[in-house]
Amino acid sequence: MLDLILSIYEIPVINILVKIVAILVPLLLTVAYFTYIERKVIGYMQVRIGPNRVGPRGWLQPIADAMKLMFKEIIFPSGANRVLFIIAPTLAISTALAAWAVVPFGAEMVLADINVALLYILAMTSIGVYGVILAGWASNSKYAIMSTLRTAAQVVSYEIAMGFALVGVVMAARSLNIGEIVMGQSGSGILGWYMWPLLPLFVIYFVSGVAETNRAPFDVAEGESEIVAGFHVEYSGILFAIFFLAEYANMILISVLAALMFMGGWLSPFADVSFLGLGSSFLAGSSIIWLISKTAIFMFLFLWFRATFPRYRYDQIMRLGWKVFIPITIVWIYVVGIMYYMELAPWFTKG
Amino acid sequence: METILFYVFSTFMVVSALMVITVHNPVRAAFFLVLTFFAAAAVWLLLEAEFLAVILIIVYVGAVMVLFLFVVMMLDVNIAELKSGFVKNLPIAVAVALAMFGTIYFVVGGNQFDIHNFVPPARHAADYSNISELGKVLYTEYVFSFEIAAVILLVGIIAAISLTLRRRPNTRHQKVEEQVAVKSTDRLRVVKLEPKERK
Repeated sequence: MLDLILSIYEIPVINILVKIVAILVPLLLTVAYFTYIERKVIGYMQVRIGPNRVGPRGWLQPIADAMKLMFKEIIFPSGANRVLFIIAPTLAISTALAAWAVVPFGAEMVLADINVALLYILAMTSIGVYGVILAGWASNSKYAIMSTLRTAAQVVSYEIAMGFALVGVVMAARSLNIGEIVMGQSGSGILGWYMWPLLPLFVIYFVSGVAETNRAPFDVAEGESEIVAGFHVEYSGILFAIFFLAEYANMILISVLAALMFMGGWLSPFADVSFLGLGSSFLAGSSIIWLISKTAIFMFLFLWFRATFPRYRYDQIMRLGWKVFIPITIVWIYVVGIMYYMELAPWFTKG
Repeated sequence: METILFYVFSTFMVVSALMVITVHNPVRAAFFLVLTFFAAAAVWLLLEAEFLAVILIIVYVGAVMVLFLFVVMMLDVNIAELKSGFVKNLPIAVAVALAMFGTIYFVVGGNQFDIHNFVPPARHAADYSNISELGKVLYTEYVFSFEIAAVILLVGIIAAISLTLRRRPNTRHQKVEEQVAVKSTDRLRVVKLEPKERK
């Protein structure tokens, strides 16, 4: 019986499908419980309790929400383009999930180990903008189109800063493959991570990531105080839920990429630090637990930002992206070039 | 398998390119152009040019077409007006199209680009990196033309910005540096008030 299962698993298509399911099911569960944690965390930060009615301590809240959204009616606005109206959320979720194909979870744990992994992720996030644009245009609503224009301009602007920040990482690691980027940070524990030589790029990457995903304090896409709910104002039921899902999947993607590219991914912060005397114990070994905990830090930051910062004004967002972030990244790319040339230890000595 | 994929994506590309020029709605035309770029990227992937394929998607699909759509969505294009000159301009358009087709046929058609004249290129090994090969060639052999291209692009950027930049002295702009430099004492004055004696 076991042999049969193993032989079925050897078929390439089945093998890939199993891996896809193994990535997507935990991801979607994380998304569901991320919404719950978000409400809880922000609740506690604002001295409230947050959801606590459905199930023990409110643990079943995300499932109840999902059921509610699934059984709600999908309303098509009059004059809406039906085909594009449905394609828009599909595009948003499919790009948000497709980007996970190249994310490695361990030295050998990756679905598609391709050379252009980083560019592929950038391509997927830039296609994700079309979900927003299509949604706004197909809704035939002026509020939706206003928000679409805002969002698209914002995302396209911050993509540039983000791309420049990643150029620094690529220069340091000499590779676009994410697995190789992580391995480039190995060898000296927490000091070997790229967040130290690339600190400005690290900060800019994460802030741009927050702007990319249209989260507070850059959430003018759905700034409730100004433009109702943003590009998905006409969406209801499961179609709205899909947009919601895509947004959270993108947040987790940004977090996991920050952990992989700047904080050594699955590498232990205590690895190869001889004076701690951990040797090859569990704490010093690399494992997926490190990756998950580092990702969780960034996911928490998303919530923390939302609970504490007031919303940026739109012209300030644009100024920050174009006039502050892009110049800083360009200057720091030069600095990285100098560090590279001087073979600064321990980051630039390999290879 | 590769041949089938090639034909699938090329058909996709040709059909969506045709749709770009035949659909009436300009926004739909722009979306079909996006689809065309996609198919082109897929064909490039089949040619093992993964870097170019992904860059095509990032630059053209992710940036250029977004700006196109911006303009098209904001403009109120009158379709009837667009179609009005169709019959009048048809003879010239046909003549130009035929001339271009003839030129292309003259160059590409016939025997010299026949598939049988070429050996199929060898497949590269799995560790072959399209990016590093491209980088090596670009920064050694063609570094001069690469830099010229960069300078031309820079000139283009500066020209575009200076064209749109017009000084309007009467408008009230926000002075960002003043906003950033402001202190609480500039905006807020704490006044000490003696309580009034009740009579």
